[in-house]
Amino acid sequence: MKNFKLFPVALFVSIVSLLFVDSCKPKNAGNAVTADAASKSYVAPGKYDEFYNFVSGGFSGQMSVYGLPSGRLLRVVPVFSVDPEKGYGYSEETKPMLNTSRGFVPWDDLHHSELSQTNGEIDGRWVFANANNTPRVARIDLSTFRTAEIIELPNSAGNHSSPFITENTEYVVAGTRFSVPPDNVNGDVPINSYKKNFKGTISFISVDKATGNMNIAFQLKCPGVNFDLSHAGKGKSHGWFFFSCYNTEQANTLLEVNASQRDKDFIMAVNWKKAEEYLKAGKGQKETVKYAHNIYDEKNHTATSELKTEVIVLDTKELKDICYFIPCPKSPHGCDVDPTGEYIVGSGKLAALIPVFSFDKLMNAITAKDFIGDYDGIPVVKYESALYGEVKKPGLGPLHTEFDGKGNAITTFFVSSEIVKWNIKDLKVLDRASTYYSPGHLCIPGGDSKKPNAKYVIVYNKITKDRYLPTGPELAQSAQIFDITGDKMQLILDFPTIGEPHYAQAVSADVIKNNSLKFYKIEENTNAFVTKGESSAKVVRKDKRVDIYITAIRSHFAPDNIEGIKMGDDVYWHVTNLEQDWDVPHGFAIKNASNGELLVMPGETQTLKWTPEKPGIFPFYCTDFCSALHQEMQGYVRVSPANSSTALLFSTGKNVAPVDSAVSK
Amino acid sequence: MKKLIITGLITLIIAACGSNSSDEKKQTASAPEQKEANGNPSYDPNRGEGKFSKVDISSTLDVSKADAGNKVFTVKCSSCHKLTEEKLVGPGWKGVTSRHTPEWIMNFATNPDAMLDKDPKAQAMLEICLVRMPNQNLTDEDARDIFEFMRKNDGVK
Repeated sequence: MKNFKLFPVALFVSIVSLLFVDSCKPKNAGNAVTADAASKSYVAPGKYDEFYNFVSGGFSGQMSVYGLPSGRLLRVVPVFSVDPEKGYGYSEETKPMLNTSRGFVPWDDLHHSELSQTNGEIDGRWVFANANNTPRVARIDLSTFRTAEIIELPNSAGNHSSPFITENTEYVVAGTRFSVPPDNVNGDVPINSYKKNFKGTISFISVDKATGNMNIAFQLKCPGVNFDLSHAGKGKSHGWFFFSCYNTEQANTLLEVNASQRDKDFIMAVNWKKAEEYLKAGKGQKETVKYAHNIYDEKNHTATSELKTEVIVLDTKELKDICYFIPCPKSPHGCDVDPTGEYIVGSGKLAALIPVFSFDKLMNAITAKDFIGDYDGIPVVKYESALYGEVKKPGLGPLHTEFDGKGNAITTFFVSSEIVKWNIKDLKVLDRASTYYSPGHLCIPGGDSKKPNAKYVIVYNKITKDRYLPTGPELAQSAQIFDITGDKMQLILDFPTIGEPHYAQAVSADVIKNNSLKFYKIEENTNAFVTKGESSAKVVRKDKRVDIYITAIRSHFAPDNIEGIKMGDDVYWHVTNLEQDWDVPHGFAIKNASNGELLVMPGETQTLKWTPEKPGIFPFYCTDFCSALHQEMQGYVRVSPANSSTALLFSTGKNVAPVDSAVSK
Repeated sequence: MKKLIITGLITLIIAACGSNSSDEKKQTASAPEQKEANGNPSYDPNRGEGKFSKVDISSTLDVSKADAGNKVFTVKCSSCHKLTEEKLVGPGWKGVTSRHTPEWIMNFATNPDAMLDKDPKAQAMLEICLVRMPNQNLTDEDARDIFEFMRKNDGVK
């Protein structure tokens, strides 16, 4: 009724409001937050975000998942660092995930996230991540949002230009930031023998189409420089990969000065189809190395770690026409390929321009051998022969570029704290917007794929300063969302991030949300220590090892009274969550446990190893609020001296008369 | 009415700045649907709410179904339900087949959240037990097998 009456009024009002529209326009489009920013980033309570944003966690070693445009933190996926909250790296089942050739490594520095693609479009199956410090690549399954696999990389250090992928996820690449002596030679050499002894390595990791399982297909032995970032060719340039390189001076000290001497460093173009041919023809050298390959099995909820001992290396100095160097001004950082695959954008950190290379021109130059010489055996293409053009005076300190799919690119400028939108064809700057402060990476949903979904650009800043309430010397780093649907980029939201965000990717929620697993089917649980039903709950002693098969359901454990544990025992708590519904994990913690807790998903089994340190009574309880009687979800375990005769007893809900000898005496 | 005009004016000016006007239309459009969902005179408390409206039961026990039901009971139900009259977390199962219709039991077993929100008998039990019965994601077949196992437990031969 009201609606009916409102109609003529509304018509009148909307005419009036048209007169006001102009007053809503931003006065200073570059950096002002305009009146409708809130409504553009507002996602009402109970409503879903439109995009998932997978943000690298930097030195936290984890990956965070945000909803866009709200900037709400949805999940932190533990990848390369232990996570006591989730039991990751603490449960017996997950410990092998963090195993390496040098044993258990509890931390790393995660820099880049890359979503799997099919035909150059994000397919929503997996997201890959790199570990910078102990070189590794991880694959996270996007039906469970859990780390499914981690592979270590031999002959590597500072795994930075990683984990970028080819357009059908044929390969994930990993390039070394730090050149080092290869693993199979004596590395005990003078540091200033860099030029002689240090080598760069690019790893091509194949990805199984069905399972996602990774395998180091081959490595390229390259000149000793710093490989920084990379992106695969696509479309016409599929079959090629591009890596930015700096420190072509081959400095081994004070790189800040000594690696900034040359006017131009390189982008290395890699013809990986050619490398495949050489590999097939048996041109690779088998090298004896050591690296761990860890896989988490979703059926038995258990990770296994396998140590591998061989890798095939192709020497790019010997095997011509795999690699070519393209000169690129001043320490290039970002190396980004536009959606058509024709344009390769190099961002020289110290350059006052952005060079854009043409794939067609590069191919012609290679065919015509239009080289200016070679660098450590690799042909160097003439700059002008590969260059499409330069964006002149775009800003200071260009770092990274993403694409909107409408013929434009957006580049971050670290030194001048801004993002700049420019047209790829005419190389003209179209718009610029300030960021707060000093942006590193940026992300447009699908911005490195063939089909960007260019509604927003999210900028990940390195400096936060005054953006949030002070929290002591350390501040959360900031991400900023800009609406890029109009001619002007409009800042609509700031949100804090975990660790330090480097590269991030985003994708429409529709590609992922419907595949999300809700619980593990208990019937399909093949964990070696599963307990399928309370009647199977038991405690089994074998010498000094005690296995406790215990179940959890709202809101009790079975068994919840256990006696007969003795000093010197290693006790394994195998907790099976019998729930079969979404969002009902149970936690498991025991007093004085020196490792951590378990967080057990519905239908899952996880194991906590516990070595009692003194005799007595130790309570255990559920840590994840599960029902109105969650506070009742607890139990006791009795630990006796090693030489005692306390019998092994376990029960739930047996109201037997007290037998405690201390009371009766 | 004045207030309405002012509110409308503000709303429209805000809307004109953004691109959200189509969202707002959607919201008003969904209002009538809500009304229909609220009034529900057709709810049958004997049947409950769920997929099962008529379950065929024979006078004698289907032994294979009952055995299959026993297996599901062991994994998914026995943590909370005893086969006697004694309440554990949930009510004991003795006599349950005479307290409720087969349809009500199978609907509740497969659709507990919806029924706990509206079914008077389910709500009365929740007041006693205080733990919402978990959805254990039983298949239709599981539910039927469990019902047969309940019949066996209640003495059907």
